[in-house]
Amino acid sequence: MRVYRLATAAILVATLCAACSGGSGEPSATAGGGAASGGPVKLTYWTWVPNMDKIVSVWNQAHPDIQVTVSKQAGGDDAAAKFLTAARAGNPPDLVQAEYQMLPSFVAADAVADIKAETAQAKGEFGEGVWGLVTLGTDAVYAVPQDSGPMMLYYRRDLFDKYGIEVPKTWDEYAEAARVVRGKDPKVFLGTFSSKDPGWFAGLSQQAGAQWWSIDGDAWKVAVDDEPTRKVASYWGGLVKEGVIDDMPYFTPEWNKALNDGRLLTWPSAVWGPGVLSSNAPKGKGKWAVAPLPQWNAGENHSGFWGGSSTAVAAKSPSRAAAATFATWLNTDPQALGLLIEEGAVYPASAKGAALMTEAPGYFSNQPDFWKQAAAIGATARGFTFGPDVNVTYNAYRDAFDKAVAARSDFTAAVRTMQDTTVTDMRKTGFTLAQ
Amino acid sequence: MAASTRAGARRPAGIVPTGVLVLGAVYTLFPVSWVVVAATKSKAELFSTPTFAPGTGLLSNLADLFAYRDGVFWLWLLNTALYAGGGAVLATVVATVSGYALATYAFPGRGLIFNLLVGGILVPPVVLAIPQYLLFSEAGLAGTYWSVLLPQVLSPYSVYLARIYARAAVPASLLEAGRLDGAGEWRLFHRVALPMLTPAMVTIFLFQFVAIWNNFLLPFIMLGDDHRFPLTVGLYTLLAAGANQPSLYNLIITGTLLSLVPLVALFLTMQRHWRADLSGGAVKS
Repeated sequence: MRVYRLATAAILVATLCAACSGGSGEPSATAGGGAASGGPVKLTYWTWVPNMDKIVSVWNQAHPDIQVTVSKQAGGDDAAAKFLTAARAGNPPDLVQAEYQMLPSFVAADAVADIKAETAQAKGEFGEGVWGLVTLGTDAVYAVPQDSGPMMLYYRRDLFDKYGIEVPKTWDEYAEAARVVRGKDPKVFLGTFSSKDPGWFAGLSQQAGAQWWSIDGDAWKVAVDDEPTRKVASYWGGLVKEGVIDDMPYFTPEWNKALNDGRLLTWPSAVWGPGVLSSNAPKGKGKWAVAPLPQWNAGENHSGFWGGSSTAVAAKSPSRAAAATFATWLNTDPQALGLLIEEGAVYPASAKGAALMTEAPGYFSNQPDFWKQAAAIGATARGFTFGPDVNVTYNAYRDAFDKAVAARSDFTAAVRTMQDTTVTDMRKTGFTLAQ
Repeated sequence: MAASTRAGARRPAGIVPTGVLVLGAVYTLFPVSWVVVAATKSKAELFSTPTFAPGTGLLSNLADLFAYRDGVFWLWLLNTALYAGGGAVLATVVATVSGYALATYAFPGRGLIFNLLVGGILVPPVVLAIPQYLLFSEAGLAGTYWSVLLPQVLSPYSVYLARIYARAAVPASLLEAGRLDGAGEWRLFHRVALPMLTPAMVTIFLFQFVAIWNNFLLPFIMLGDDHRFPLTVGLYTLLAAGANQPSLYNLIITGTLLSLVPLVALFLTMQRHWRADLSGGAVKS
């Protein structure tokens, strides 16, 4: 599956470049849906949120003049590549689920519309941090935020008791706890470093205060190897080299097995963790708990984001206003938010939506204040502006950190590779870079 | 009779090839057997029990899979059958007619066409998927059933196979005799050549059927509407459910197992055809 994924991504990206130099610029008249005069406006919507068709049918019943058809897609990087290809070819869906890190590449390709005018009243529903992810720090608005992924520390409360460890408040304490665990049981690790999940590493870097990209006038500034990121990398590199932290990637069968067998005690993850744990580690039900991420300095209170997505409107959509109205309803209307939570297992980005989360997930029935904790942690999360070629940076992460983990070599060198690869790619694609 | 004497006289050296084949069979069947075992495991058992210990969840997995999004699995299965069945039939017809023509008629440019086809074999279909998508978009066909069917209708390798087989199995003298008897070209093809070409057609059909059945990238790019997805793309949406949604491993594995059944059934029924006609063709010259 990973081979598939990489191959698809590589091929799609390669041809996209070919398509943009040679492709015809004229918008195709046959573009999806089409607002025929008379009948209702028909919109197509690509998303991978489970049960979205049920949520949309509520809208369709209440709005006979705007009918939305959901097409459930595969999520992740492939979805972004597929949308970009469709946009280039002139037949994108009217609405698309866009992960925050992919939105800048959609904007750079002129694939999504600026819906500032249509979303004026939606702005107040979201926090500054999340709203920044859909404006990219500009005056435009490129999407309506849907879900967000503030990061927190999941840990096995029962096994922490068994090994006599306190919940680490700082990353130093986390490292110390990792050593203690190894000393007590050589089969068990406190945690693992995943070289396959760049989003996770980006979130940890955000927590440390990294700013990988920023826009300076009309030039991009790239600082993937800034000081906070290097700090995060060398911290994990040290632990892996010392052998007190495992190096298996997340979401793999072996990781699932280690979770089920109680051989991994923590997972620094995001608010959507319960869904993954309950499906991949059903044996741990009722044994896990959440706490804020360990901090870099005692007394600080920061977190980062891992994951999260928004609803964007395709630039080529003939019914932009209707699409923006639907996107606003979906992500800010109380009824829609309730459905997103219940049917879609989504942690809404809107403040109103987050407040609707009251009953702890079944997997965390031992922690009735789960969502209160999550909301408190979420308020401390800080993000950064993503660049227009995040997929390149993320692939560089996988390549460089795979090698660094295998060779037990310097993780900061891998971060430098990410920076160099990103800069080279942006230059080649034609972006102006500030020095 | 002939077969039994040959079998009786089997030399001991036959053990080596048999051994190699058995190894090959184990090598290819091992992952399949994993799928069979894993499909019986419940969610809780999948990653916690020993790999080849059968589980207890097969029925609930099946029930979950069929209930998933109101049974969209069946729709995907139907779509796949349509793409693979329709595509393979069309490809077989096209390949047989063109292979026969290339083999029996001398016309200007025959060598060129044949060489172009051989060149086409060297181009992996994966490389063509995106250009085909852009072309179909221009034509307004992207996202339709045709966008997945049409690109699979012409298979250079199948034409090549048909041409090679037609040249060997349909003797020119036989066609000549038919012509003297006053048969038209269509009648010659239909009545004389076609029966001789059956084994090649079965082979081409099976090849194309399996190739389309397993095809991922072309439908993945071409289709936006998930109600037109084939199984490969549909099951992939269960796997890549987004970073914050768990992958539905149980459903994927069970779905994979079920998607193997028609292929196995097809091979078991078609195989007979195949063997009988291959030996039938061998007697001719």
